[in-house]
Amino acid sequence: MTAGLTRRGGGRAGLLAAAALVLGACSTRAGTPVVTIDIAYSRFEPATITVPAGVPVTFVIRNADPIDHEWIVGDDARHQRHRTGTEPVHDERPTEVSIDAGTTQTTIVTFDTAGTLAYVCHLPGHEAYGMIGTMTVTSSR
Amino acid sequence: MKRPILFLPAAVVALLISAAPVLACGGLIGPNGAVNLLRTTTLAGYHDGIEHYVTAFEFAGGGGSFGSLIPLPGVPTNVEKGGEWTLQRLIRETDPVPEAARLLFAADAALGSAIELQKVRIDALDITVLSGGAAEIGRWAKDHGFRLPPDAPEVLEFYASRSPIFLAAAFDADAAAARGQQVGDGTPVHITIPTPNPWVPLRILALGKTGAERVEADIYLLTDIKPALLPSPVLPNGMELQHSQAATDGLLADLRSDQGMEWIPDSAWLSKIAIDASASQLAFDLAIDASGQGTPSRVQAGLDLPTPAQLGITGERLALALLTTIAGIGAILLITAWRPARATR
Repeated sequence: MTAGLTRRGGGRAGLLAAAALVLGACSTRAGTPVVTIDIAYSRFEPATITVPAGVPVTFVIRNADPIDHEWIVGDDARHQRHRTGTEPVHDERPTEVSIDAGTTQTTIVTFDTAGTLAYVCHLPGHEAYGMIGTMTVTSSR
Repeated sequence: MKRPILFLPAAVVALLISAAPVLACGGLIGPNGAVNLLRTTTLAGYHDGIEHYVTAFEFAGGGGSFGSLIPLPGVPTNVEKGGEWTLQRLIRETDPVPEAARLLFAADAALGSAIELQKVRIDALDITVLSGGAAEIGRWAKDHGFRLPPDAPEVLEFYASRSPIFLAAAFDADAAAARGQQVGDGTPVHITIPTPNPWVPLRILALGKTGAERVEADIYLLTDIKPALLPSPVLPNGMELQHSQAATDGLLADLRSDQGMEWIPDSAWLSKIAIDASASQLAFDLAIDASGQGTPSRVQAGLDLPTPAQLGITGERLALALLTTIAGIGAILLITAWRPARATR
């Protein structure tokens, strides 16, 4: 399963985040799925997401915590690499996002194939604490 | 991805810290690996409306810096180096095994955004008294190179909802080494806090720990009369009242002769509460009522949220805030209405 990079934006409570707020946790905008993920008390909400394969999906990730977090989505092999990784900040791949305390980040990902992925925060201790979500990518919209 | 970790906050009124090679144990995290809390000892004395915390931070070796964060019931009027033998003397008073003193001070010394109310340097410790909510404290910690563990958001909010005052103690291990401090040496710190509602923060002792990890601590209380405590120190909640009787004249005289301990009264009640709990058990603090009424506060114990009145938000203040807001909006409208029309071309 691969993720195609389309666009990545950032910033505190940006316009896109505001739009997502109005649209709800999982909605569509001009035919493009928008998924809002909230982080509070070091937990992802929702912790289970279903998105379609083959179309760009906009993720709006809002960190309400006073500490930094990460949102990294991928298969087991990707997460295993991140458990021992050394990158201090993620800002180059749409599937790997750093979200500073109290900020919102957006990223757009196209999943090529159907399957089950996990999204995890790999900052020390966060995965063990429960910062894990499950993403089901379906073959049909 | 894992970042080169700096450190973490965690700790209560007194803690001992030691370096360890893995992150998993939580607690404080320093640049050389995790920093664990070992058994901690604290004196919380309450006399004439003033709470005295005496605690110690232990030098655990290594380099760099790490520290701890302590929630306080109010703004301290003084933060100073504590006496040299107060905690050891308390242990000798209550512990039947004299060698237990080694648990505490082998020698002694141990161990921004928010508004910085006070900054004090004690030996190799940089102590900052902070005022702020969970978000501000978190930002201050990050700005100062400290990383909070994943349970910090919930724990900080737990405390900030009752008192926005925190004490951050950053231990400069390089400075400690330069001073010739040895591993195990502790730095006692004495914090003086006027407050009508004394309490001892316990939940923060579990900061950074997983639910099953153990928290061990000894809390000494010195009050004018026998205190009522909440929660009651019964074994199922991980607390045990191991000593509860009038303090001996010898103890009081010895404590009073230590540095900064002139406040010790002529008579007092000594209680010792031993904490041996799983991190998940410690979801509360220890509220103390030494007034004789026997009604320790459920809010101060962290069992109930404070009411607006308890936060100091009175009806008059709310009315004043509302009037100020209305006046402000009115002023903006007036300014807008009176703005001179732009010249047109």
